[in-house]
Amino acid sequence: MSTATETRTVPVTSQLATFWLDGDLYGVEVEHVQEVLRSQSITRVPLAPPAVAGLINLRGQVVTAIELRERLGRPARPAGEQPVVIVVRLHGEAVSLLVDSIADVVDVNVRDFEAPPDTLDGSARELIRGAYKLAGQLLLSLDVNRAVGT
Amino acid sequence: MEGLDDIVEEFLVESHENLDQLDQDLVALEQDPRSRDRLSSIFRTIHTIKGTSGFLAFNRLEEVAHVGENLLSRLRDGALDLTPSRTSALLMMTDIIRALLAAIEATGGEGTVEVAETVAVLATALEDVPAPAAEAAVVEAAVLAEAEAVVAAESAVEAAEVDKPAAKRAPAKRASRAKAAVPSPAPVPAMETVAAPVAPAPVAEAPPSPPVAPPPAVAAPAAPLAPEPGTAEAGPKARGVADSTIRVDVDLLDNLMLLVGELVLTRNQIVQYVGRQNDQDLIRASQRLNLIASELQESAMKTRMQPIDHIWSKLPRVVRDLGLQLQKNIRLEMEGKDTELDKTLLEAVKDPLTHLVRNSVDHGIESTADRVAAGKSPEGVLTLRSRHESGQVVVEVADDGAGIDPARIGAKAVEKGLITADSLTRMGPQDLLQLIFAPGFSTAAAVTNVSGRGVGMDVVKTNIEGIGGTIEVESTVGRGTCMRLRIPLTLAIVPALTIECAGDRYAIPQISLQELVALDAEKASAAVEEVGGASVYRLRGELLPLVRLADVLGLPSDRHDGHVVIAVLRSEGRRFGLVVDRVINTEEIVVKAVSSVLKAIGLYSGATVLGDGAVALILDVQALARRALRAESADRQETRTAITSAVAAQERQRMLLAAIGGGRRVAIPLDTVTRLEQVRSDTVERVGSREVVQYRGAILPIVRLDRHLGAFGNDDRETLEVIVYADHGRSVAIVVEEILDIVDGEASVHSDIDDLGLLGSAVIGDRVTELLDVRAAILAADPAFYNPLPGMPGTDSFAALEGAGSHLMEV
Repeated sequence: MSTATETRTVPVTSQLATFWLDGDLYGVEVEHVQEVLRSQSITRVPLAPPAVAGLINLRGQVVTAIELRERLGRPARPAGEQPVVIVVRLHGEAVSLLVDSIADVVDVNVRDFEAPPDTLDGSARELIRGAYKLAGQLLLSLDVNRAVGT
Repeated sequence: MEGLDDIVEEFLVESHENLDQLDQDLVALEQDPRSRDRLSSIFRTIHTIKGTSGFLAFNRLEEVAHVGENLLSRLRDGALDLTPSRTSALLMMTDIIRALLAAIEATGGEGTVEVAETVAVLATALEDVPAPAAEAAVVEAAVLAEAEAVVAAESAVEAAEVDKPAAKRAPAKRASRAKAAVPSPAPVPAMETVAAPVAPAPVAEAPPSPPVAPPPAVAAPAAPLAPEPGTAEAGPKARGVADSTIRVDVDLLDNLMLLVGELVLTRNQIVQYVGRQNDQDLIRASQRLNLIASELQESAMKTRMQPIDHIWSKLPRVVRDLGLQLQKNIRLEMEGKDTELDKTLLEAVKDPLTHLVRNSVDHGIESTADRVAAGKSPEGVLTLRSRHESGQVVVEVADDGAGIDPARIGAKAVEKGLITADSLTRMGPQDLLQLIFAPGFSTAAAVTNVSGRGVGMDVVKTNIEGIGGTIEVESTVGRGTCMRLRIPLTLAIVPALTIECAGDRYAIPQISLQELVALDAEKASAAVEEVGGASVYRLRGELLPLVRLADVLGLPSDRHDGHVVIAVLRSEGRRFGLVVDRVINTEEIVVKAVSSVLKAIGLYSGATVLGDGAVALILDVQALARRALRAESADRQETRTAITSAVAAQERQRMLLAAIGGGRRVAIPLDTVTRLEQVRSDTVERVGSREVVQYRGAILPIVRLDRHLGAFGNDDRETLEVIVYADHGRSVAIVVEEILDIVDGEASVHSDIDDLGLLGSAVIGDRVTELLDVRAAILAADPAFYNPLPGMPGTDSFAALEGAGSHLMEV
């Protein structure tokens, strides 16, 4: 995958596609996001790592779906709540992330950026670059490369 | 063109292309006489033609090319300068080569094309002293325009006589008109003059100073024969070799294949949706789509097919050289050279196959002295066989050498630390043989420079499995060894069985599937036994280890009624039964790669999108077998030992046994059987004097074997047992009274007592059994079966219908 220097470099301003997960707001670089899908049927993969939710059919292409709640060490999504699928394209390959719901595309400035809070625990800390302090809300910047690197 | 060897044909295609390039190069060369690159390129072309023609024994062609090559090599080395006369001589050479090629294409031989003059011209051009007369002649020729190349060339030799060229101009011109009208060369035995073959255009533009136009005239295939208008008419019928093929980028074909794959998927989806509709028009349209997609798929696949001979053709040399080196006397036999498979796969099996052949020569076949001592013929025989078998290509490398001694393999494996001495005692011969595929295993007592080149059998196995194939080894000590590769026809689309387990669907490639067994609760409780904690099933006397897919996947099975459905799979020469919840159907699937994370689980070889759009995982049968059969118990091994030694003794053919009424039994070679079905007798309909049944969207002609063979069967049964035989998109159904068994028909006790429709009889399982002449039976059902399908099916036997009342019969 990518090196630390690459992933830790934050441009002055950037656009993040944001989404909600277990009450927190996260963002990924807009250029990584290919599309957002709702109500996809997911084929489970027995014996796969727990974060692999299964496989989805993206117009004939088979794409792995990662359960971001599991990746970030959050509790499982309550029964009956349908996840939203964010398809990201990394190194020419499509991978999808399961999140709770999708939010806006937000312009962020490096001025508002801060390293991840020390209180963040182990597994999540690795995947989160830091937080942007938006008005009234913290936006956690997700390191997509690491998030899909199950 | 028929009658031409592939190799000659290839030579012609290649040479035509090269010659076109050559014309361009030669003309361009005049502009830049010192271009080493161009000279080298021309040199290479002529060199290739010379080499190949020598090899193919086209002596005159070789003679011309040889002199031309000499000239070119001196030009390339700078020993000679390129003068217009030399260019003309070279152009004359290309023309005479074309004439020879055309003659070869038309008649298979060099015909009556005379080369002496051209050779003389070239020889003259080789002389270092530029003949002023020749130079003058060239300039003169340039002024004269058109077909005057002849003049130039000839005057180089004969110092410009004026009358002669004039006389020759007429036929030459006629020839060039004939060319324009008929691009394909017509077979003309007699050449009027040597002058005719000279193409007019390039030489007309040959003089040193005027700018050379890019060679449009050159592109027109010069057909230098055919000056007589009468024969020219015969031309258009046969497409010339060069025009009948086209070179296509393999990437483009790959892409095409990918798209066809997607189309097949979409077709599956649509056919499934339409199945639930009642709209007749829609149903008809979808059936057409179905057929067209299948044909398209087949055609697209064919574009990538090449005969296996492409890789086999190098092997005689390998065997000969190795044999000499090792001082062994070996005869190489090849059966099934024409068997075609996908180019990519062909490339992929090339190295493994070469390795297997080298292995056989090196380790398999004994030295002459040993052979004589063992009472064998001093000449060892290495046999390559390939054939199509149920949608796969089977390639065998068999030798009549010393065979592999399982005991030696076992000892070696223990010595190398691959297995423990303890586990050795529990392994049967077949498992021991499999050890040769283990990484780090090499049986060569000493690493010779023949084998032991860093490519072990484990690499062979990995390579073959990498393309979805399998490899098996069979060996009898003292009798020989047979390595059998099973390779899918193509990579992109594979036939698969879809099954259900714990509510999810999975695909199993048909390549590993042998048969399906369905047991109801009562039978299952009796037939599935526990041996040392592992369950086994007695399949026709042989104990079949069972693997429960649900257990492997760690999921709860949702089959609670006690029924057991077993998919009998073969992997690495061993059989095991995979217990699944339900069998759904067979489907053509497009294999999609899964991410490395999922691949690492070691259970799935990929994923696919099913007809309804759902994703299904493709089970990796090899990995499954390894994972599940790791610890096999000893007693099961012993059983199998007895069986394997019994079957290994004979080259065997599996036969389907069926009763046809009147107490008669027939045996049908299993490899001709596509499927076994049950059909309700009230679904049988009549078309003319024939009986047919609707089956999977097509009309299936029926032959009742009892009537066909003059037995008296029971006609008023509710369901008919049918054996479906399919080939090239056609199917027929053979009705029998009862399917009895599948046996390994040892070719023992054959009798020639044959009757209409029979090949003879044999004793199988203590009873006299008739051997069915399958071809005759099929022709009785469908006389047109072996005729090629018409370009567009849909007119003859396909009509709109729903699924006939048939279901997958599980034997």
